[in-house]
Amino acid sequence: MKKYILRRLAQFIPLIFGMTLISFLIINLAPGDYFTQLKMNPEISPQTIEEMRKSFGLDKHPIIQYFYWIKNVLKFNLGESFAYHVPVSFLIKQKLKNTISLSIFSLLLTWLISIPLGIYAATKEGKWQEKILSFLAYIGISIPSFLIAMLLVFFSAKTMVFPIGGTTSIFSPDATSWEKFIDYIRHLLLPGIALTLSGIGSLYRLMKNNFLEALESPYIITAYAKGLPKLKVFYKHALRNSINPMITIFGYELSGILSGAALVEIITNWPGMGRLILDAVLSQDIYLVMASLLIGGILLVVGNLLSDILIAFADPRIRLR
Amino acid sequence: MNNLLKKLKKANKFSFFSFWILFLLYIGAFLADFISPYPYDCQYRQYSLCPPTKIHFIDKNGKFHLRPFIYGIKVINPYFNEYEIDYSKIYPIRFFVKVPERKIFGRIKFGICLFRVEDEGKIFLFGTDIHGRDIFSRILYGARISLSIGIIGVCISFLLGLLIGGISGYFGGKLDTFLMRIVEIIMVFPGFYLMLALRASFPLNLSSIEIYLLIVVILSFIGWASLARIIRGMVLSIKEEEYILASRALGLSSFRIIIRHILPNTFSYSITALTLSIPGYILGESALSILGLGIQEPYPSWGNMLSSAIGNLKILTTAPWMLIPGFFIFLTIICFNFLGDGLRTVFDPKNW
Repeated sequence: MKKYILRRLAQFIPLIFGMTLISFLIINLAPGDYFTQLKMNPEISPQTIEEMRKSFGLDKHPIIQYFYWIKNVLKFNLGESFAYHVPVSFLIKQKLKNTISLSIFSLLLTWLISIPLGIYAATKEGKWQEKILSFLAYIGISIPSFLIAMLLVFFSAKTMVFPIGGTTSIFSPDATSWEKFIDYIRHLLLPGIALTLSGIGSLYRLMKNNFLEALESPYIITAYAKGLPKLKVFYKHALRNSINPMITIFGYELSGILSGAALVEIITNWPGMGRLILDAVLSQDIYLVMASLLIGGILLVVGNLLSDILIAFADPRIRLR
Repeated sequence: MNNLLKKLKKANKFSFFSFWILFLLYIGAFLADFISPYPYDCQYRQYSLCPPTKIHFIDKNGKFHLRPFIYGIKVINPYFNEYEIDYSKIYPIRFFVKVPERKIFGRIKFGICLFRVEDEGKIFLFGTDIHGRDIFSRILYGARISLSIGIIGVCISFLLGLLIGGISGYFGGKLDTFLMRIVEIIMVFPGFYLMLALRASFPLNLSSIEIYLLIVVILSFIGWASLARIIRGMVLSIKEEEYILASRALGLSSFRIIIRHILPNTFSYSITALTLSIPGYILGESALSILGLGIQEPYPSWGNMLSSAIGNLKILTTAPWMLIPGFFIFLTIICFNFLGDGLRTVFDPKNW
């Protein structure tokens, strides 16, 4: 198992390497750099800008810049943001916390809702319950996440159910940490529900199809033939076999969260990575963009590894190999 | 085509309807110059954020009119965009009205519009936006962008994906490894970030056509990778078939074998996948346009029509009809999804 994980890790290193190199080149394709905008400012002399550029290493060839960047990353130094004049790691730590909690919240909610629904629909295949659920799932798959987010913002602005934007309300200084936590969760609800609603449909469909497939397998007939009760057949045999492919999906979902959450974050004004990377890309804050992409890549690796490990736990056939 | 539609109808009613809804939407986009009562950039400043106009058949006295009519709009408070229906004025809706100076696709002179009311009356079927532009007309014009970008983008990435997947699968070896590494690198990127980074590597103030082409290129650049991978997998199994061996024995060139004998066998899969991946392109365009990085004002796309409602609760709560373009995006996507599913059933050899 350990060897397997190590081998998987080794496969990912060149990928991350290639990805960062390409993104570095893409950003450098853009006309000008962060300091081009500063040139417009008459209060800053051209010499100062040249010096700043030099101090960030921007006067060198992009490829050389890239290797400098890699060298620093290996020392856990992600560089400094041009726009905010603070280390990139500081900025990202702040925002990543919010994005991760949003993603975990919606991921959990999505799974908790769609798996039971999928199983239920599979047992009711062809009946009206399944038809309604599947139609709703169709709508869920097709409705853009930004539209759900906008509708929810509209809804909560009308009814004041959820607070809109930010992570906290204004608080008296003696609020307990429990109260603060509840407040955080309350703010999390709006973007969280938007993401959940847009994710349920596809997961539900997968689970339903997996379960149906499992129900049609010969071992289910055997189980019935042995005289096992229906519930035991479902949960002992069909469920355990149909959940395996879902675990693989889980890894991919984890890697998709950065991308998937970004637009919803921007629309619902949730201070996560979405806004940060949008601003960073637009102002050519290179090191900030690179760090965000790197994190996206790392999440992918972690997600894949996690699903490999989980599936090894769940499926003895893979564990033994 | 007719045959296919019949099969589609038999396979799945929903996908059959979806086909016709999409057909209507495309017709609407094509005939936008004729159907829309106002040009897309025509601003009625006094009617900013005006609610949708209701069409009536029966007037206040209970009298039935065969010709539908609308009431006038009275501006109560222009600063808070408050409007009231002015029951004293009645404007019947006229069809095939002559409109001077209207051009189709901005070129051919064409002086007729489908429906309109007399000049003082205003018909805003879906209301107006902040600048007092008719949302219905803008949706029709915006459909040109939003609906075509999906088709064109998908075609480009399919050409790329089929070709690269085909070459990679057929030749195998080092070329295959190399191409698949590139595919994997593109798939490692968080898609949304890659889209932003690519967009940012071009100047922000381009002309509408340049931006349109740029978006198509960006979306196809991201989209071809996953397709190439799947096609490669299919090619790997197809190339072991005996007819491929036969065509090789006949001395056909590799290129010809790939184009004429291998790729056509992936078509039934490809057409389904093509239909199902169009929504991704429509979403990509809207996402960029919502953020203000896509199609620029005054030209409408369904995405940039939504952008003014984002981050502005006042607009969103006073004028929820600003979200109508979002529903058109939704309608288009659900139709493509239904259509794709129907095509899958039709093409599935199990159902033949």
